[in-house]
Amino acid sequence: MGMTIAEKILAKASGKKQVAPGEIVEAKIDAAMIHDLTGPLTVNTFHRMGASKVWDPGKIVIIFDHQVPANSIDAAQNHMVLREFAAKQRIPNFYDVFEGICHQVLPEKGFALPGRLIVGADSHTCTYGAFGCFATGIGATDMAAVFATGKLWFRVPESMKLIIRGKLHMRVMSKDLILQIIGDIGADGATYRSVEFIGPGIQNLSMDGRMTLCNMAVEMGAKSGIVPADRVTKRYLAKRTKRPIKPVKGDPDATYVESRTYELSRLEPQVACPHRVDNVKSVREVEGVEIDQAFLGSCTNGRMGDLKAAARILKGKHISKRVRMIVAPASREIYMNALESGLIKIFVKAGALVEAPCCAACMGGHVGFLGPGEVCISSSNRNFRGRQGSPKSRVYLASSATVAASAVKGIITDPRDM
Amino acid sequence: MARVWVFGDDISTDGIIAGRYLALFEVEHDPRELAKHAMESVDPTFAAKVRKGDVIIAGKNFGCGSSREEAPIALKAACISAIVAESFARIFYRNSVNQGLPTLTCPGVRRGFKSGDKAKIDLGKGIVRNATTGKIFKVDPLPDFILAILRAGGLIPYLKRIGKSSKTIFR
Ligand code: SF4
Repeated sequence: MGMTIAEKILAKASGKKQVAPGEIVEAKIDAAMIHDLTGPLTVNTFHRMGASKVWDPGKIVIIFDHQVPANSIDAAQNHMVLREFAAKQRIPNFYDVFEGICHQVLPEKGFALPGRLIVGADSHTCTYGAFGCFATGIGATDMAAVFATGKLWFRVPESMKLIIRGKLHMRVMSKDLILQIIGDIGADGATYRSVEFIGPGIQNLSMDGRMTLCNMAVEMGAKSGIVPADRVTKRYLAKRTKRPIKPVKGDPDATYVESRTYELSRLEPQVACPHRVDNVKSVREVEGVEIDQAFLGSCTNGRMGDLKAAARILKGKHISKRVRMIVAPASREIYMNALESGLIKIFVKAGALVEAPCCAACMGGHVGFLGPGEVCISSSNRNFRGRQGSPKSRVYLASSATVAASAVKGIITDPRDM
Repeated sequence: MARVWVFGDDISTDGIIAGRYLALFEVEHDPRELAKHAMESVDPTFAAKVRKGDVIIAGKNFGCGSSREEAPIALKAACISAIVAESFARIFYRNSVNQGLPTLTCPGVRRGFKSGDKAKIDLGKGIVRNATTGKIFKVDPLPDFILAILRAGGLIPYLKRIGKSSKTIFR
């Protein structure tokens, strides 16, 4: 019987020749990540388990990104707990404040490699699937067990495939594609499944765009989103790892529970309207909604391609007087690139606030809170009620181009009109 | 008999406990602090009105969103005794078991209850009964290993009880 990519990776990690959906396997973990928000509970649980030493310090990554620099005494204390843990356990891959968002930094540092099994104490860990690995989010207790044993049990997921064809038009981005997909199949449409993005259209998408797709796989309930590694992947990884790159491909006779096809050239800019990620409409349908805040950043769309797309729209313009715009590059590397290529200047000139690389306004626990009744257009991945501040605020999710166009006009705007 | 709270589809972990309350909890480790803000943006009266042993009945995709284990911790600290939903988000489900908070998947259950109804739930038999209307739902019972973890009060107390590492659970 042929196997899907997820099945192949889980089989290898659990030392089996063959696995099937529904089977429970115990698998060896290649990399495990915690950040400043989920890390302290993991460490606390690790100690309560009676564990004293982590299984392999070199396979653990600790990174501060949610509340950096510390925005409260509590946050500062949590950072202290993790700094101490990293030092005591001799964890070499410890990234203090200012390195960027976990889901951007791990790929940049060469942790996300094809065929690997990666877990993170964060639901958007599925982002790494863009590199052809199986990566999934877990809770603090499971992570503590991984820290202690290097292993975790998994239920082998069913796989579904999304076949992507064609090429995107100008100002239409992979965010528009994933929003359209989630709108079609629903916030629980892929629950427990592994979603494979394949087809000729994928080759036309940059690593940035692929990461956006896999990042939001969890917003349709998926356990992982995977793009098989190809030349684009290899080119990205060449400067970032010395390890051999061995792409994993699904077998032609593998079983997929569902298959859908999307044509990129038919896509239009999309938005997810409050308060559900699957409440998706075309930008044309909601054009004119007044906004108070525009957020460009997050592990979904804080990458160089996003900043460039926004800068092309903002160059020589000023954002609407009614709008505050927050820009947060997803990592220090991206921040540097944006600085050197003049993008930061464009943003600041346009009237935007540029934050240090971090989660910023995405999680509603750090900066850029929304007040009651306020409306935000955001390039992030969740618009749940209360996520970015007051339960009475409203968040629309869109591509970086749509965020920039809307910031200029002060109302939700189709970027193709700019 | 348990009193019921009914919620809709896609109740997110942000709705169950907002991100801004997590840092304090990590420092104090006092689940009662989380319980004070449980379900705040879904039903602001929840935290004040919830009573020991209450049950949540919900629609599809309960607990979608973030991996924060504080979500089941908050509901458990609010003295919720079980959650029965049409379906659960994956990470929330697993976190709940690890925290010793019983969760049961039961398609169609939401329509069978109104807030304030009384419910009787048998996890081992997979029976959910609306004691107010008499309506009965039958689902697959929870497997023995999950029942054992729940009975111990979560994965950590369970591992302590059996004195072994996590890998022995499925052998
Ligand atoms: S940017 Fe947002 S979604 Fe991504 S890790 Fe940070 S808080 Fe989570």
